[in-house]
Amino acid sequence: MSVLVIAEHENGVLKPETAKVVAAATKIASDITVLIAGHNIAEAANHSAQIAGVQKVVAVDDASFEHQLAENTSELVVELASDFSHILFSASTTGKNIAPRVAALLDKSQISEIIDVIDADTFKRPIYAGNAIATVKSLDSQKVITVRASAFDAVETQAACDIEDRSQSIASQVSEFVSIEQTESERPELTAAPVVISGGRGMQNGENFALLNGIADKLGAAIGASRAAVDAGFVPNDMQVGQTGKIVAPNLYIAVGISGAIQHLAGMKDSKVIVAINRDPEAPIFQVADYGLVADLFDALPELEQAL
Amino acid sequence: MKVLVPIKRVIDYNVKARVKPDNSDVDLSNVKMAINPFCEIAVEEAVRLKEAGTATEVIAVSIGDKACQEQLRTALALGADKAVHIETGAKLESLHIAKLLAKVVEQESPELVILGKQSIDSDNNQTGQMLAALTKRAQGTFASKVVVEGDKVQVTREVDGGLQTVSLSLPAVVTTDLRLNEPRYASLPNIMKAKRKPLDVIAADSLGVNLAPRIELVKVEEPAKRSGGVVVESVEELVNKLKTEAKVIS
Repeated sequence: MSVLVIAEHENGVLKPETAKVVAAATKIASDITVLIAGHNIAEAANHSAQIAGVQKVVAVDDASFEHQLAENTSELVVELASDFSHILFSASTTGKNIAPRVAALLDKSQISEIIDVIDADTFKRPIYAGNAIATVKSLDSQKVITVRASAFDAVETQAACDIEDRSQSIASQVSEFVSIEQTESERPELTAAPVVISGGRGMQNGENFALLNGIADKLGAAIGASRAAVDAGFVPNDMQVGQTGKIVAPNLYIAVGISGAIQHLAGMKDSKVIVAINRDPEAPIFQVADYGLVADLFDALPELEQAL
Repeated sequence: MKVLVPIKRVIDYNVKARVKPDNSDVDLSNVKMAINPFCEIAVEEAVRLKEAGTATEVIAVSIGDKACQEQLRTALALGADKAVHIETGAKLESLHIAKLLAKVVEQESPELVILGKQSIDSDNNQTGQMLAALTKRAQGTFASKVVVEGDKVQVTREVDGGLQTVSLSLPAVVTTDLRLNEPRYASLPNIMKAKRKPLDVIAADSLGVNLAPRIELVKVEEPAKRSGGVVVESVEELVNKLKTEAKVIS
């Protein structure tokens, strides 16, 4: 058995999710190859080669893969697929966009967002917004899988393995990149941060999210939000934690002014320690919180910042 | 232009799913069912395209047992022109659904197929991408904005880190994210009118798609329960506990 891991990168920088997908791959087989496709990816390819357990890196550096469009990237993966029994993607927006396309082209059913590997055919994955955990067994000869990165610990580093530079260009005939509008942030990335502090509808407006800045600075935390806060226009949508947003599992998650709807809990209930600050003692968030503080957040937040 | 909108009947999103005591699956008996929220957004977008004069016909399609006709009637009440029910009692995977939908695409040749990005029951997020692959069409997943211009559609996608815009040649497949629009409610007169709109029923078996399972559901369990937490009295106590008891901050 051999596993192909599709590297996750952005602007030539390897994302930490890749080492976590490799962690899942090592539970399946020891023969692991990483495919990295993009443009100006030499450094990211080097970093991929240093992930413990990776035997080989295939780097495809070409302008046609710059934006990792699903239409052409899926063709590239399918071309390489025949040598591998398992093809693993991170369950990021990039992985979710490409993996099902690859699976359909190979005529295989895909398994989404696995959180555990039982054996080479059997996996665990959450369903119904994380309210149930399904154990599923793939009957296909070849498996296409996305991995929930937050459920696996990144593997260590190793002395770099071989990198095979493959020159290939596949231009998509039907789709074209137009633009990207990136949300500026100097804080750690939400999905990788050891501490996350999130605000909900209780924050009342976007300006009040500044109250979280000082605390986030002191804790080295990323700032997240509930869907209510995003829908109300307080903050951009890539800050959303939940079933339809990002899934996080930090050491410490602080929920401020968040009631705790099941869709939000789906995104954070695997955090190691959960703190809830809410005015309403009946809020469902207190049922999952390790430490709850019933208080007005406008009093509690400045106090918390001072106390840290 | 013709728009096809696949919709799915799922557990109502406010209902907490319960696992069956024998761990065979989630218990859906006597549970409130509804259109999957993302599918509702897809119907709304298609209807808005029609109201803007871009789309000429909106076809809703659903795959499942007879009960999903209820959700098709809802789609008709929201503004779809006709409905297609692909009837089957089988438990289907995304790949099967995508293959059946590809047959409908073949028959109806819609310029645009709009699906929800994921269903809130299986949480797969696969069908739209698979349909695009099988019909060799471009895909615009997780759309928060859709603009049709001539023979192209510009789709703004919600990606990790921000918003990406792609331009796709029509025909194309688009999957909806939450912020694409706010779906309308069906009015009573429209619910009445929907009863007279056409709803074709096709047996899934007649479409020549192999529906044999590729994934076996071994068991379904409750997620690990979190142990009960404590309520602290003050910020000071909270910080103290985080430092000394939980040891997550220093």
